[in-house]
Amino acid sequence: MSDTPPSGGVAPRFVRQFALTQGRARSHGEDLALDTLVKITPVGERALPREMAERAAILRHVSSPMSIAEISARVGVHLGIARVIVSDLAAAGLVAVSEAITGDGRPDLPTLERLLNDLQAY
Amino acid sequence: MTSRPTDLLDKPAPLTTRPLKIVIAGGFASGKTTFVETISEIQPLTTEAPMTSLGLGIDQTGEVRTKTTTTVAMDFGRITFEQTMLYLFGTPGQDRFWFMWDELVRGAVGAVVIADTRRLADSFAPLDFFEQRGVPYVVVLNRFDGSLHHEISEVRDALGIVDTIPVLAVDVRERIDTKKVLISLVRHAIEQRTRGA
Repeated sequence: MSDTPPSGGVAPRFVRQFALTQGRARSHGEDLALDTLVKITPVGERALPREMAERAAILRHVSSPMSIAEISARVGVHLGIARVIVSDLAAAGLVAVSEAITGDGRPDLPTLERLLNDLQAY
Repeated sequence: MTSRPTDLLDKPAPLTTRPLKIVIAGGFASGKTTFVETISEIQPLTTEAPMTSLGLGIDQTGEVRTKTTTTVAMDFGRITFEQTMLYLFGTPGQDRFWFMWDELVRGAVGAVVIADTRRLADSFAPLDFFEQRGVPYVVVLNRFDGSLHHEISEVRDALGIVDTIPVLAVDVRERIDTKKVLISLVRHAIEQRTRGA
């Protein structure tokens, strides 16, 4: 075999993370942005006891909404891996995600005005 | 009967909480992480994104032979509001990680460019990047040790920043200052939206 795993360093962790997604760098489902918010569903809560490893870790982190970037940081997986796992969880109905942005995706005026108010009160 | 469209049946309704993001840009050690740390409600976090094949040939670590051997680290913080969660993403400092920026700025409210007045030239690239993409931005001059190395007007001239773009001299360690910057950015984004830019 030409592609035996290299020894030492960060490799084993990385290889293991990649194995979690069956080697996929991209998800079969939606391509999720790094700021996409994720929250567990009732279906996900029922499924949690049967879930393992990173899938379970992710589900446990999203009892309230959390972005994919934050999930990645808190669970300790690469951003790309978090994207793939979340996308799989969403496709299985275990988590709900915020809507994808469309077009240039710039927030509309009402959103910006609400943000201005929110920041002034922060 | 056999081909149940599971995706459609099981797909939960989208979340009502919406994400918003603001990009904090600037050269190496310009104060990006400090800015985020000052205003964020959580301790800043770091996410590691694997480098794409674009990076191959640049980083020859010789340790790992998989395609994505190098990671780019991004610091970020957040502020939770009633209906939205505002994430503040610091840009990776090195130029070779610019390919990440397109995703970072997609859908962003806007950007804060922290200019280091001791190294003004470092700000040209981020300013061009946001300008070209029509991303609303404000420029921050960080008061290191409470003093500025250049006046605001000098910096405007040197960087070619038009009058419509806010330039603020602040101390990024002060919460009130960073809040002022974010408010200024959102106001600017609203103006840009209103003008239909």
